[in-house]
Amino acid sequence: MALELDGKSYETDEEGYLLNLSDWNDQLAAEMAKADGAILDENHWEVLNFLRDYYEEYQIAPAVRVLTKAVGKKLGKDKGTSKYLYELFPYGPAKQACKYAGLPKPTGCV
Amino acid sequence: MSVLHIVNKSPFERNSLDCCLRLAKADSAIILIEDGIYALQKNSAAADKLQQVLSKHRIYALQPDLQARGVNPENMLEGISLLDYDGFVQLTTEYDKLQSWL
Amino acid sequence: MASKKFLYINRKAPHGSIYAQESLEVVLIGAAFEQNVTLAFIDDGVYQLLQNQDTSGIGTKNFAPTFRALGDYDVSQIYVERESLELRGLSKDDLIPLTYEDEDDDWAEKDSIHVVSSLELADIIEQQDVILNF
Repeated sequence: MALELDGKSYETDEEGYLLNLSDWNDQLAAEMAKADGAILDENHWEVLNFLRDYYEEYQIAPAVRVLTKAVGKKLGKDKGTSKYLYELFPYGPAKQACKYAGLPKPTGCV
Repeated sequence: MSVLHIVNKSPFERNSLDCCLRLAKADSAIILIEDGIYALQKNSAAADKLQQVLSKHRIYALQPDLQARGVNPENMLEGISLLDYDGFVQLTTEYDKLQSWL
Repeated sequence: MASKKFLYINRKAPHGSIYAQESLEVVLIGAAFEQNVTLAFIDDGVYQLLQNQDTSGIGTKNFAPTFRALGDYDVSQIYVERESLELRGLSKDDLIPLTYEDEDDDWAEKDSIHVVSSLELADIIEQQDVILNF
């Protein structure tokens, strides 16, 4: 499968996750969100950038429980809750946010 | 007849290196690749064995395999020549026979 | 449901076969389901924890940094057999430092890696409900 943007084609898996991590850019993230009927605001971006950094450091997309805990530590206690993250990413914070962040599907996610 | 011996297994998991050292004649060369490079770690039981045959054999190792495994040149037995992939290919052309100890 | 004690025994070097990477993946999945997870590194498995691994030259994924995420997954019991390290000319200083934050001690950062003798490791193996080998 592939995603088209500005005449360029980006390879994805059958669920729409980018195959090549380095293909990712802001417009691509916004485009993927738009396809799901979502508009990314600064709170979304905060989480997406957090995920990019986490992957860069650990070479892994964190499971949702780990994401919640780590977000709380990095971005503040009020944001480290499932409620906050599910409001931003109703399809599941790890799954949906990882997709927009251009990461593979989180390990341990079924 | 010159032979290049290739060892790609960890000396601690298999006896490939022991077997190679037992059967390689003087002046044949040895190259350690993949998990074979763990033999180079200084102060290990395998490096001690290699040290003893350095005057008998030229010993090479594939640098990308060292780098991948986090074995730093400074923690490595001295007297080993590091090669990249092109150097490895070149080396194989310089010997009449290749013996891979699987 | 009471959680079971899972022990993952790792005895293979990281880049010569797929075992090490697969093991880590299974460990993370198990840990995401909040099981009690212990890891043991024996024989060539100790090489998985070596510092400064860089696979850019051999075209495979470098999964060594992922070990540092184990603390986030509440995997804090990591045992390395002393005899295996010594035979390979290695010591704890050669290994990637792995830590976790202790919930019961005001989140103090603590060392996850314990270098133990084969005798101690034998006891740890005895205490498990499930043992998986890689």
